Amino acid sequence: MSENRTLYTITVFSENTVGVLNQITTIFTRRQLNIETLSVSPSAIKGIHKFTITTFSESEEVIKKLIPLIDKRVDILKAYYNTNEDLVHQELALYKLSTEKVLEHGSIEYLVRKYNVRILEVSKDCVVFLKAGHYEETQGLFEELAESIGVLQFVRSGRIAITKSKVERLSDMLAKRERDNQEMLERF
Amino acid sequence: MNKVKQSSAVVSPAAEAEPISGSEILIRSLLAEGVETIFGYPGGSIMPVFDALYDHKDQIKHILVRHEQGAVHAAQGYARVSDKVGVALVTSGPGATNAVTGITDAMMDSTPLVVISGQVISSLLGSDAFQEADVIGITQPITKWAYQIRRVEDIPWAVSRAFHIASSGRPGPVVLDLAKDAQVNKCIFDYQKTSFLRSYQPVPDMDENQIRMAAELINDARKPLALVGQGVILGHAEQELIAFLEKADIPFASTILGLSSVPTGHPLNCGMLGMHGNVAPNLKTNECDVLIAIGMRFDDRVTGDLNTYARQAKVIHFDIDPSEIDKNVKTTVKVVGDVKQTLPKVMEYMEKGSHREWLAEFKPYDEKEYECIIRNELYPESGPIKMGEVVNKVTEATHNNAICVTDVGQHQMMGTRYFKYTQSRSLVTSGGLGTMGFGLPAGIGAKYGAPDRTVCIFVGDGGLQMTIQEFGTILEYGVDVKIILLNNNYLGMVRQWQELFFDERYSETHLKNPDFVKIANAYNISGRKVTKREELDGAIEEMLAHKGAYLLEVEVEAKGMVYPMIPSGGCVTDIMLGNGHKL
Repeated sequence: MSENRTLYTITVFSENTVGVLNQITTIFTRRQLNIETLSVSPSAIKGIHKFTITTFSESEEVIKKLIPLIDKRVDILKAYYNTNEDLVHQELALYKLSTEKVLEHGSIEYLVRKYNVRILEVSKDCVVFLKAGHYEETQGLFEELAESIGVLQFVRSGRIAITKSKVERLSDMLAKRERDNQEMLERF
Repeated sequence: MNKVKQSSAVVSPAAEAEPISGSEILIRSLLAEGVETIFGYPGGSIMPVFDALYDHKDQIKHILVRHEQGAVHAAQGYARVSDKVGVALVTSGPGATNAVTGITDAMMDSTPLVVISGQVISSLLGSDAFQEADVIGITQPITKWAYQIRRVEDIPWAVSRAFHIASSGRPGPVVLDLAKDAQVNKCIFDYQKTSFLRSYQPVPDMDENQIRMAAELINDARKPLALVGQGVILGHAEQELIAFLEKADIPFASTILGLSSVPTGHPLNCGMLGMHGNVAPNLKTNECDVLIAIGMRFDDRVTGDLNTYARQAKVIHFDIDPSEIDKNVKTTVKVVGDVKQTLPKVMEYMEKGSHREWLAEFKPYDEKEYECIIRNELYPESGPIKMGEVVNKVTEATHNNAICVTDVGQHQMMGTRYFKYTQSRSLVTSGGLGTMGFGLPAGIGAKYGAPDRTVCIFVGDGGLQMTIQEFGTILEYGVDVKIILLNNNYLGMVRQWQELFFDERYSETHLKNPDFVKIANAYNISGRKVTKREELDGAIEEMLAHKGAYLLEVEVEAKGMVYPMIPSGGCVTDIMLGNGHKL
């Protein structure tokens, strides 16, 4: 793969209806864009879901053309894209390690401090670490653990992100649409 | 708002006290939307709806086609000429999958449709039940909206949304997949028309700055050229367009789907764009200083190689769909919005212009095209009958007032090149998808959409046989369509490419054909086969004078070619004139 590709974060707000994800992913598929990470959850506004999707592309043009195609689907309220500089973003990772190996290793304090790890679970069999951070950070811990202790299970969430800009695009847009509709109804 | 008009059927949408079946609710919902004609085909999972239709025969005319593909194409033809939403009704599984080609065609050509498919009962969904198909999964990428109705209570809501979505903004097809239990279960009918969805903005907001910038560019242009697409017709902006073009004296050419928005004979009309369009507007695309695209989408058949397309020009793009802006051609000024509003708005800032010298530059190329191509195509003195010749005689015999419907291929290009239009919504053709088999059923639908107009369906021998079973629909209802079969016993357009680009290796393009007139006669359709030039005028007269459907089969030149031609992916200036002619 080419070196000069950029990771784009695409944010999509949709109505909470069946099949929205399918509508979004087919738009990616048709353009041969691979979804790198995906995170979906209810947004701050009731009944509206927020998708955070990351994808690599060699050209911003491709992403620029992608957004209005997502945006124009009837069930989609708003779609936009950002690069990392515009965002505060985070991923979560969970690591399951063998308790025996952890004890053998003996320097857990060092790892916990270095990576700011939280320990979620300790049992006779396993220890579960939680690490929040950027991809490089969660990956860094994974690699170090895999080498030194061995990782029994590992999972990483999709990216979640918020923009650094002050504007809350969705609520403004919704308010405007409702206002425009009200004006139109009053005119007739 | 750019909303396709609805006919004014008188239906009270007020709530009724007694619970009624979902099928009855569906029919009443359709009546509330002004639906008068449905094209369809029954089957197991849609039977309750057909049963309810039985009680409303006097309000809704159902046209029983002979294949579901025909139902959707007929609904498309109906919608395109009537400016109403076309409605098709099919059963689950194969009924719905047979409709897929037509739905895709409607999506590509922005045709407002509501396609209602039956679906197995909701408890069986996902179990591979008999005649179950994942219709929503299949149709989501080829529709503006696709929705599965599982509860009877949701029917009015979904139907009213479907019509709003199909007909507003950039129109398109909507699929409603209706589970059989929702058709049978009962609830109280209460219908509210939809005019607002918070997640859907049919007409984007105009940008005053861009409007002013567009006007400035036009005011400063010395060599403006306008490209007119179907958006003008869909947006009912024909008059606004003419006023706009005349004010600044801008020559224009149409995309295939934009044809008929302005009469053929308008002095600023320079013809058709694209691969088989006219020489002058194609060449001038790469000479103009300001290119004004109005409700068109820079399809590759119009632009050829984008790297060489109109690089010298500043581009103004008028479109209602923001995703079309900068999709293929980089624009200088983007005028998003409904052309019915944006064109007059730009005009407010426009000065009266005159570009007589520029317009005069088109003339030598028009003359060249006439000398090298058109004269021999329309008025040959000897040799086999030409396709263009037939089209020209038909359009003249109808005083250029007929609706031209075409299938796909060489005859389509001849039909669109040489048919003449005096009113809008006079051409029905499959532009984006290029669906062979479209013509016959679309022509039937067009006749229902415009019963007072003459409908001339041009078909080839290949395309006709893809949906020839619709002769049965003509037989059943006595649909008065004039079918002109331009028979060269070849899949002519593919053969043309084989001749030009595949060393004349005619792989699987020759057709051994049946006696088409006999087939037509078997369906009680009158017909005649013409092989000699001197019989042609008389046969056309006979066809047009005949009451009812008529098949005129014309044996045309076997290896006729459509020129001019811009090779696929070529530059608009690479336009070929054929027969050794050079520009």
